[in-house]
Amino acid sequence: MNKELTPEQIKEQKVYLEWGLTQKEYEYICDKLLGRLPNYTETGLFSVMWSEHCSYKKSKPVLKLFPNKNERVLQGPGEGAGIVDIGDNQAVVFKAESHNHPSVVEPYEGAATGVGGILRDIFSMGARPIASLDSLHFGEIDNARTKYLINEVVAGIGGYGNCMGIPTVAGEITFDDCYAGNPLVNAMSVGILDQSHIQKGQAKGIGNAVMYVGAKTGRDGIHGATFASADFADDKETQRSAVQVGDPFMEKLLMEACIELTNNHQDWLVGIQDMGAAGIVSSSCEMSSKANSGMELNLDMVPQREEGMSAYEIMLSESQERMLLCVKKGHENDVKKLFEDYNLEAVVIGRVTEGHDYILHHKGEVVTNIPVSTLTDDVLEEPSEERVPQRILDNKNKDTWVPQLSSAKETLEALLQQPTIASKKMFTETYDSQVRTSTVVGPGSDAGVIRIRGTKKALAMTTDGNGRFIYLNPEVGGKIAVLEAATNIISSGALPLAITDCLNYGDPNDPEIYWELHQSINGMAEACRTLDTPVISGNVSLYNENNGEAIYPTAMIGMVGLIKDVYRTVPSFVQNTGDKLYLVGKTGNDFNGSELQKLLNNKISGDLNDFDLEKVNSYLKNLLVTMEQGLVSSSHDLSEGGLGVSLAEMVFGTDKGIKVSLDMKKELLFSETPGRLVVSVSKDNVAAFEEIMGEDITEIGEVQVDHQLDITLTDDNFVAEVSELEKLWEEAIPCLMKSKD
Amino acid sequence: MTKVRIFVTYKQSVFDPQGETITEAVHSLGHNEVKEIKVGKFFDVTIDSREKEVGESVKEISEQLLVNFNLETYRYEIMEED
Amino acid sequence: MKIAVIVFPGSNCDIDLYEALHTVCDADVEYVSYKQDNLDGFDAVMLPGGFSYGDYLRCGAIARFSPIMPAVIEFAKNGKPVFGTCNGFQILTEVGLLPGALKRNNSLKFVCKTVELTVENTNTPFTSLYKKGEKINLPIAHADGSYYADEELLAELEENGQVVFRYSKENPNGSLNDIAGITNKQGNVLGMMPHPERAVEMLLGNEDGLRVFKSLLEEGKVKG
Repeated sequence: MNKELTPEQIKEQKVYLEWGLTQKEYEYICDKLLGRLPNYTETGLFSVMWSEHCSYKKSKPVLKLFPNKNERVLQGPGEGAGIVDIGDNQAVVFKAESHNHPSVVEPYEGAATGVGGILRDIFSMGARPIASLDSLHFGEIDNARTKYLINEVVAGIGGYGNCMGIPTVAGEITFDDCYAGNPLVNAMSVGILDQSHIQKGQAKGIGNAVMYVGAKTGRDGIHGATFASADFADDKETQRSAVQVGDPFMEKLLMEACIELTNNHQDWLVGIQDMGAAGIVSSSCEMSSKANSGMELNLDMVPQREEGMSAYEIMLSESQERMLLCVKKGHENDVKKLFEDYNLEAVVIGRVTEGHDYILHHKGEVVTNIPVSTLTDDVLEEPSEERVPQRILDNKNKDTWVPQLSSAKETLEALLQQPTIASKKMFTETYDSQVRTSTVVGPGSDAGVIRIRGTKKALAMTTDGNGRFIYLNPEVGGKIAVLEAATNIISSGALPLAITDCLNYGDPNDPEIYWELHQSINGMAEACRTLDTPVISGNVSLYNENNGEAIYPTAMIGMVGLIKDVYRTVPSFVQNTGDKLYLVGKTGNDFNGSELQKLLNNKISGDLNDFDLEKVNSYLKNLLVTMEQGLVSSSHDLSEGGLGVSLAEMVFGTDKGIKVSLDMKKELLFSETPGRLVVSVSKDNVAAFEEIMGEDITEIGEVQVDHQLDITLTDDNFVAEVSELEKLWEEAIPCLMKSKD
Repeated sequence: MTKVRIFVTYKQSVFDPQGETITEAVHSLGHNEVKEIKVGKFFDVTIDSREKEVGESVKEISEQLLVNFNLETYRYEIMEED
Repeated sequence: MKIAVIVFPGSNCDIDLYEALHTVCDADVEYVSYKQDNLDGFDAVMLPGGFSYGDYLRCGAIARFSPIMPAVIEFAKNGKPVFGTCNGFQILTEVGLLPGALKRNNSLKFVCKTVELTVENTNTPFTSLYKKGEKINLPIAHADGSYYADEELLAELEENGQVVFRYSKENPNGSLNDIAGITNKQGNVLGMMPHPERAVEMLLGNEDGLRVFKSLLEEGKVKG
């Protein structure tokens, strides 16, 4: 115990390099910020607070390109989660976060604690979580390791969310070899609150108490780099676990207690924040920094699960289910009593102080004494180099690839069995999607829809991340990612409000990867401006690599939309025989990066066609008008597998069929031109619908009694039994998961 | 202090799906010599024997809380005594 | 009729029961904390679904020791209606108000979907508005819903007509005799794994569960 290195030894042995600080950063801290050498604990605080995860030092310059305001946005990036006005003095709160790296180490707990963390972000804003979503990307289902990862991640998401009683209502699961060694686990949570209950993560008012609530602190998830250093490890350290373990029961109690505090006792509370990544240090100094105050903490007061923890370990622990509160002086016992009622511990661990210093006491010694801003604001931002990857340059000169198909029906059957397209029911059925009895539309549709009790309103929500398009053309791919989410939201009859994102990329020090990040953000930002969906929260996950090979740059877009009248929610399945079917939007030769290309060539290649987003936006807006007038019976967006797959999906689960005649050649049935949907309209509404939609729709056929998909193309035609197609689609993934290889 | 390990298992007649699944997995690893695996759980309990006789204490907590006699049965071993 | 919905630490379908009764059925319903120790003034008691005490040890095993439980036992012994869904059913078996036990699903997985049931017994305070033999659809959402009783007990349940709901198309969890819900011998305590409170509004796609609550309220009218 207590073999901490002296400041001089730290300098001499350059251990800060192993902790993640660069030589330049360390020297800057010593020479410019402190004017002395930082001690052991301080060096630890700098290394974690100056990490990309906490400081966004690499990505900040490009994240600034995102629009994050409009008249509805009440809280943009910088707090636990973003907040958007939805009228009637109510607001929706949402955020997404990645938990990729923990999910590789321990997939069940990695995914579970990902869900737990994002839920705390929501209730730290004073909101009650009402729904969860996820976005999962795995390698191909052809090996035992990937099957294990899938089973464990899915079980972790369900295990935590089901126990918390928050329905998991939407999400996506895709499969591609690039994710085999580095799966992506992104979780999103949505909450609602009365605008008068909005909280901030701040610690202001000299003498006010800093209170710790929730689970005890152990040596969980302390920055992995420290374990690698044998110099610091006594024998016991080899037993330490880097894995955070979640306790959803504890979190349920914590959530109920925090909601009672934020909703009923605002006069006691100054600020509240989740202890997420980098635990106490990040939550406490961010709360100080936002209020421009000082803070003094006594670490001996922190409830500890293990014996002999150092100041460094206490500060950096990522034990789960903990929150930090700033409580008005004199109300400490009120807060203590409130948490006791939920069988939880609430302890005063420090005070807000005069000045701007961050002072930590441990076992009678001052172990840290530095200005707060050095941890939160003074991070060295370094310009990143950018370079266009060779594959992008090569693509520019290639002819457009157009597939040669022998049979439209066989191609459709093959596509329906592609894991990314096939039914995900075997996974989504393990999530409680109905608890809280407000789920109007659950998993398996374009967007999940949750009604807001006591109003006519509902919220539509979706997650969409397509790495393939961004890989081929980051800027156009970025635009498509946002548009895809918006199309899903509108398809359910909702007005897109705003987005949250998880940017999952490779090593940003690689100029080609930084270029991808920058270009894709340009594309996403443009789409956000055009669609008027600002970015209100999000996170960045860099260094997603497998044996030096980066994953596809995968931007996950989480979008929430508002449905004015929940009874006008548009289903994604056909409703009435005889309804007319329309294709909204035009179809082009968009095969690069498509499921069809992957199916035929076993890889994706080529460039993407740019498209007129203004024009798409204008007809999507018109479509929403027709939906709000109740003219549309059903609607389904076109994505992976194009029109052919969407038509099939619209009759799955129904007893009806579809008969269409298309003025296109067979390959176009599977083109993935963005911004398209198929809608069904009852005969009574056809005239009004056509009047509003004008030139942007094509009548293609109707809903029929026969349970068949009857498709006529210019160079092919077929009739397929829906029950046979549905069987292929439903059994593809269970069959792969069961097979022995 | 006495350290006791209490083992709780399904009664013989109760179907144990976890055990079956694990048995299958073991077979798929080639261990066909394994005929059956049953899953149970154990509790490590530290008892102050000055306050109550160990056997009596174990019987009471098992019957009151640890075991559901509709499904389960138990036995215990004394691990450490001082 | 005044109805109590008991809230245990970790209950999460308490709101669903409350809203089904309060908003949809316009009934007089109140949450009652597990810390309370009496049920004076209530005419029926409902135990909600969820994860009381995190489902640690065994589902319902720890909740049965809550301060409210002696009052629930007393209430049931007096012949008053007691209802438990999902975790509520598990608690009722753990505390001995209902026979048998619920174990891990055969699939070993949590499952949330709608299943078809046959109503086997309409002679309970919760099923009088159904027809005997009627097929209804209700959601399930559980990991430990496989009903188990030894042969003797099963035979007794069948003979007494204590099986109230039975899975009819598929058995989603491995329950013996496809049992989805049972009563005690007296017929005043009903436990079931499916969630009728999730099926009370067409907006959410299904109202086959509504008559569980309407039956109880009718019973109240007759008696009151």
